[in-house]
Amino acid sequence: MNKQMTAAQAVAQLRDGMTIGIGGWGPRRKPMALVREILRSDLKELTVVAYGGADVGMLCAAGKVKKVVFAFVSLDFIPLEPYFRKARQSGSIEVMEIDEGMMLLGLRAASWGIPFIPTEVGLGTDIITQNPDIKVIDSPYDDKEWVAMPALKLDASLIHADKADVRGVCQIAGPDHYMDDWFARAAAKTYVSCDELVETDYFHDPAQARMVHWERSMTTGVIPIAGGAHPTSCSPLYGFDVPHFKAYSASAKDDEGIQGYLNKFLGASEDEYQRNVGGLDAIRAIELPSY
Amino acid sequence: MTAATDYTLAELCIVAASQSFADEGEALGTGIGVIPRLAASLAMKTTNPDLMMTDSEAWMLSEPNPVGKRSADFVPATESWMGFSRIFDNVWSGKRHAMLGPTQIDKFGQSNTSALGGTYDKPKVMMLGARGFPGNSISHPNSFFVPDHNTRVFMEGECDFVSSIGYNPARLPRGHSLDDIDIRLVITNLCVMDFGGPDHQVRLVSLHPGVTVEQVQENTGYPVSISDTVPTTEAPTAAQLDIIAALDPHNQRAHQIKGNPPGNRALTEA
Repeated sequence: MNKQMTAAQAVAQLRDGMTIGIGGWGPRRKPMALVREILRSDLKELTVVAYGGADVGMLCAAGKVKKVVFAFVSLDFIPLEPYFRKARQSGSIEVMEIDEGMMLLGLRAASWGIPFIPTEVGLGTDIITQNPDIKVIDSPYDDKEWVAMPALKLDASLIHADKADVRGVCQIAGPDHYMDDWFARAAAKTYVSCDELVETDYFHDPAQARMVHWERSMTTGVIPIAGGAHPTSCSPLYGFDVPHFKAYSASAKDDEGIQGYLNKFLGASEDEYQRNVGGLDAIRAIELPSY
Repeated sequence: MTAATDYTLAELCIVAASQSFADEGEALGTGIGVIPRLAASLAMKTTNPDLMMTDSEAWMLSEPNPVGKRSADFVPATESWMGFSRIFDNVWSGKRHAMLGPTQIDKFGQSNTSALGGTYDKPKVMMLGARGFPGNSISHPNSFFVPDHNTRVFMEGECDFVSSIGYNPARLPRGHSLDDIDIRLVITNLCVMDFGGPDHQVRLVSLHPGVTVEQVQENTGYPVSISDTVPTTEAPTAAQLDIIAALDPHNQRAHQIKGNPPGNRALTEA
């Protein structure tokens, strides 16, 4: 089965009001080219589930978002995501704020087809008081109360991988695949952009196959876009673009706000975007961060 | 070991904070931020060689990495993979001690990393979000580092948003006891505290050299339990300072506390 498609074809399969999971973590390996394609579309009223960074901030600022399910939204070296912050402080979005691990449990519950996973995480905190939809339940086995973390069922997930074949075998060779395997499993449809399209026999080497974290049956579409994670990192290929994030962050203080940023960079296509940020070679030359 | 006389407040805090990890045994020590990370690293190099540590990215290390950019030929002492999903398996096992710096810490030891002021739907200041604080606080021991001890951090009343569980009877989950909650040390630029006072009241453990009891109380928005004799925070030894310098070759620790004051403020203010 050939699952190769374009970003526009993938985004055309999304609908207003859908719940969309976005892989990656903060400023790391986000499917930004797919996010940019949403910014170019007329999609709206989305619920976004993410370990959030500029993906969440841009979608909020562009008016695409009804609700964010999050534990944090951060650019790491710029701790506070400027546009998410604006959206929260203006009260323009609904939120479901949960613990990082609760998000993992919610994705697992959705993946496994169960309504919730019991946990003690969230007890005694405002996660419970501010989320009336998250229930605290009795246990049939002890006398304690437990948080019933509900399944986070996703209509679609967007993920960026290093390499994939057209059948949807996706490789993440960077040191961490974050929760991307669970985003792929929790979603009805999963669209994966990749830096490089490879032949299937690339994975015949077990060392390469070891870095495939979900089965191809979980992959709906494969979208080859070299540099598609920019301005986030795609370790080991390139780091995150610090000057670009600084410019993005500064734009939130300008009168034009996100529109100024989009006018300057977004373009009508990913090719145009990459020209506006200095080209693929410049993206590939960005140094990896030291933690 | 003889105490050094020339050391910065940051170095004093690193040594004091490293005490949090000394008796932890074979558990993951996580220090978020330069001073907590150096504190955990110092403990691993001295008082607790069994401590476990990550590279703050995705690998477990058998030796802590120096902070900041490392030379191209640097080889980290990797011992296993430890991606973020596995971090949560470790958190929920309880075999971890984290030291973090929340924006607010109230009299119950509850902390806030999420939002300040306004209403929850429209906060005046949106911060990071709850991050992993809810899970950390109910799963394993935690300590706090506060670089600027004042009444905005240690505020009156309850946190605007409670990210982590504390010793608050009104929020105690059914079937749990306050003793299940394990907040260890609070290291600040003024002193070391814990929650070992009567009914888990915050308690002064030691004063940094040149700091008074009154200064601590004035800068804390709730009563601090204070015993008749409060010891002075132990000065770093020359050996500890050497280890810290090797772990922080770019001297990032100099930028963590405003003005990078000396450890013994009596020397400059006298």
